[in-house]
Amino acid sequence: MATVDLHTQADVHHHDDHDHEHGHGNFWTNYIFSQDHKVIAKQFLITGMFWALIGGTMSVLFRLQLGFPDADLTWLKPLLGEWITPQGKIDTEFYLALVTMHGTIMVFFVLTAGLSGTFSNFLIPLQIGARDMASGFMNMLSYWFFFLSGVIMFISIFLSTGPASGGWTIYPPLSALPQAMSGSGLGMTLWLVAMALFIVSSLLGGINYITTIINMRTNGMSFSRLPLTIWAFFFTAIIGLLSFPVLFAAALLLIFDRSMGTSFYLSDIYINGEALPNQGGSPILFQHLFWFLGHPEVYIVILPSLGITSEIIATNSRKPIFGYKAMVGSILFITILSFVVWAHHMFVTGMNPFLGSIFTLLTLIIAVPSAVKIFNYVTTLWKGNIIFTPAMLFSIGLVSFFLSGGITGIFLGNSAVDIQLHDTYFVVAHFHLVMGAASFFGMLAGVYHWFPKMFGRMMDDRLGKIHFWFSFVGVYLVFFPMHYIGIAGFPRRYYSWTNFETFNSFADLNMLVSVAAILTLAAQFIFLFNFFYSMFRGKAAPANPWKSNALEWTTPRNPGHGNWVGEIPTVYRWPYDYSKPGAKDDYIPQTVPYSETPESNLPHENDLIKLEMEDKNAIVVDDKKH
Amino acid sequence: MMSLIIGLGVVLVLFILYMIFRIGNLVGLVKGSKEGEHAGNDMHGYLFMVFMVLGLGLFGWYSYTHFDSYVLPVASEHGAITDGLFWVTMWITIIAFGLISIVMFWFTYKYRYNANRRATFYPDSHKLEIIWTVIPAIVLALLIFRGLRVWNDITSPASEDAEIVELIGQQFAWTARYPGVKDKQLGEVNYKLIDAVNEFGLDLTDKNSFDDFKSLELHLPKGKEVLLKIRAKDVLHSVFLPHFRVKMDAVPGMYTNFKFVATKSTQDMRNETGNPDFNYEMACTEICGKGHFSMRFLVVVDEPEDYEKWKAAQEPWLKQNPEYLTKVPSALREVAMIKSGIPVESEAGVSATTQTVSISN
Repeated sequence: MATVDLHTQADVHHHDDHDHEHGHGNFWTNYIFSQDHKVIAKQFLITGMFWALIGGTMSVLFRLQLGFPDADLTWLKPLLGEWITPQGKIDTEFYLALVTMHGTIMVFFVLTAGLSGTFSNFLIPLQIGARDMASGFMNMLSYWFFFLSGVIMFISIFLSTGPASGGWTIYPPLSALPQAMSGSGLGMTLWLVAMALFIVSSLLGGINYITTIINMRTNGMSFSRLPLTIWAFFFTAIIGLLSFPVLFAAALLLIFDRSMGTSFYLSDIYINGEALPNQGGSPILFQHLFWFLGHPEVYIVILPSLGITSEIIATNSRKPIFGYKAMVGSILFITILSFVVWAHHMFVTGMNPFLGSIFTLLTLIIAVPSAVKIFNYVTTLWKGNIIFTPAMLFSIGLVSFFLSGGITGIFLGNSAVDIQLHDTYFVVAHFHLVMGAASFFGMLAGVYHWFPKMFGRMMDDRLGKIHFWFSFVGVYLVFFPMHYIGIAGFPRRYYSWTNFETFNSFADLNMLVSVAAILTLAAQFIFLFNFFYSMFRGKAAPANPWKSNALEWTTPRNPGHGNWVGEIPTVYRWPYDYSKPGAKDDYIPQTVPYSETPESNLPHENDLIKLEMEDKNAIVVDDKKH
Repeated sequence: MMSLIIGLGVVLVLFILYMIFRIGNLVGLVKGSKEGEHAGNDMHGYLFMVFMVLGLGLFGWYSYTHFDSYVLPVASEHGAITDGLFWVTMWITIIAFGLISIVMFWFTYKYRYNANRRATFYPDSHKLEIIWTVIPAIVLALLIFRGLRVWNDITSPASEDAEIVELIGQQFAWTARYPGVKDKQLGEVNYKLIDAVNEFGLDLTDKNSFDDFKSLELHLPKGKEVLLKIRAKDVLHSVFLPHFRVKMDAVPGMYTNFKFVATKSTQDMRNETGNPDFNYEMACTEICGKGHFSMRFLVVVDEPEDYEKWKAAQEPWLKQNPEYLTKVPSALREVAMIKSGIPVESEAGVSATTQTVSISN
């Protein structure tokens, strides 16, 4: 059990009450330039939802082209203008712009900022028992850098030459040469500027998350008593802190190549009737730098969702999460390995094949901790008493996606098998399930679960469940058929396959995928309605709607800046004492000391009672009673 | 007018949906207290079971009945081996996927909420943890070692007598350059020499370039090792030969290689698939601009003797573009003319001046 180092944190903190600001300040400081982590979290969430809508709509646009290649899309002219050709087709270059922006938006703006930004900000202080982040000001800056980055990216969509269109991986020379495609002009410049700002935002946030978790845990909240959400956010922030600067470097060198005539990535290029002077650079260098972020990035995207899911599955199975230490261990292991597998994206790029062997080995090792996590989720369900809240449904959906998307990684990580599958729809199916849909479901689960804490009201349960079933079935219908298309060798980022006899099939599956994509996007409007409706008219939330053990439910229904009125509660146990034998209720919140639960204590926990009493925290317990 | 009607219709439907939602809420409020906590919870347990049975059923049915539509016939030696590894991996993962899915959805059904039951407090088990860490580790290790052996074979250097073909990617077309039947060596190239006609950037001071010929189809001999030497002129491209399980990026500024042996001629494949119009094709699989999806290159696999015949019938690039003889150093012109097959008498003046030197070559 996780309760050995009880009083290591005992006298580290001394919290004052002077920073309670209940409703002080004006509209601007409360809702716009707020330094309250909860407001900043909501800002990230709403901005993330805005971007998800744009990214999702883009995917439906290009799915129209792929599913209905003969359809007349003239009716989209009011929206897309010149990007619809006179024949009523999506312009081929704009198709690539859509694919590129869909990827960029979903990976960075939705699943990095929208997910980590929302839940790290919202949950870290609430679940570790802190008044706010270590630096509220930096936290605010983090959001506004993200906002600015978003504004620039948004503007780039409206350029007459189009936004960046070389794929979200922006491989040079395509992205470096405006003469190679029109999106590599101003659109690419804005992409790079926006991403540079995004990285600043991400680093400001990450430093804050790490500092806050290490330094600001409340009395008794030892590392071994942290909810798994916090562990996930902690490691996610560390990954981000170590890998984003490398993307920054890659982007900077690309900017030099684009505007200052350097040759980091360019060599021996003849384009548009002109031989460029650049020599000696290597496009492979960019790929190494990009994937040094790009691969850890997929863990930045999925780990917070796995953390959220751990918390939700335990709570709604009314069982402790199975193998708490193994869960932490596997996140740690994944974090370390995530830095040494990047080149599995590059097996057939001309990289030295010996490197390919090394990265195959390391890549397949990372499947082990991932498998452990799935087994632990399933075992947590075993002999539980499962309540299907919308959050729980989405969490189960996540585990299912993580499984079906994860196992195809075993094919792709094996360099010899990857030769055929690389850059086909098999890859598209793989990463959309394992990191796209899974993370997105984790994010939705988190919103459903913590909405009562965010807005003091409940979301509508039935709408949430309808939303789940449409999304769950929809996502599978979108991505499962892509495996077949991928095994058949269909390359990704193709505007149409009709030029090839080899790929002149599967019109039926592609149509199915497109229809499912449209329905899945449509189902998200149920969520949007539920979200905004419940924000104002939802049922008032009870203090602890899911009967959870975690610390955030000890705050008032609408916590002010500072979170707790009076002292921050002391923590006496881990957050997963659900259905403990002998206990009256099927949950024991973290704030209940062992001395109050003699009927359910395990032998070694009884020994801790003495420590509890000796501890000066005992005074806090007395305080609570009057 | 039409769009106005559609717009009004959409608004109406949304309004009706909203009213249903409101009425449902109010009814729920009236009835709610009677139904108790977690009413309707069971339904999701059932739905998960239905989903699992239907989902796995559809998966099995489609995979079995449509097998031939999504599996491309394989036509290379290493392709047969990587396909084998692919299917071994497939069976292992399908078993794991099936078992875990069934167990998980069964649990959601079996252990759905029951007010009279309590969950089992079961926080950990070292034995279980070790079992399911070690088993995947062993299975993965087996896959890794098999994969690495195959990978090392595929990426090992080509044999000395492998047939060399250069593939060049550019926006948005492929070209192939063959070393020619006389010297069997590709001539040097330099991107700065590229112009509208000399699209290879052929360096005509290198005598190996004289008999190089260009082809707009990729011809390959059946049963003989081929080494593709791949490069790109402008941006990244990627050579993808789906039936041969070959893929390798084309990178400006460097050569990439892929060696393989084609095992079935185009005619063999026509017989096998029963499609008299069957053709091998090559595609681009690295995003390269607006024409990315149109970079088709026809691939023909000939019987070895037909292949030799085809090669011998091709005109060297220099013969097609004799004006480039002026770029050949005067000392090498005669060799160039002989190698490329330009009739010497037509260039009598040139040959006269270089005759003595060419003998020493």
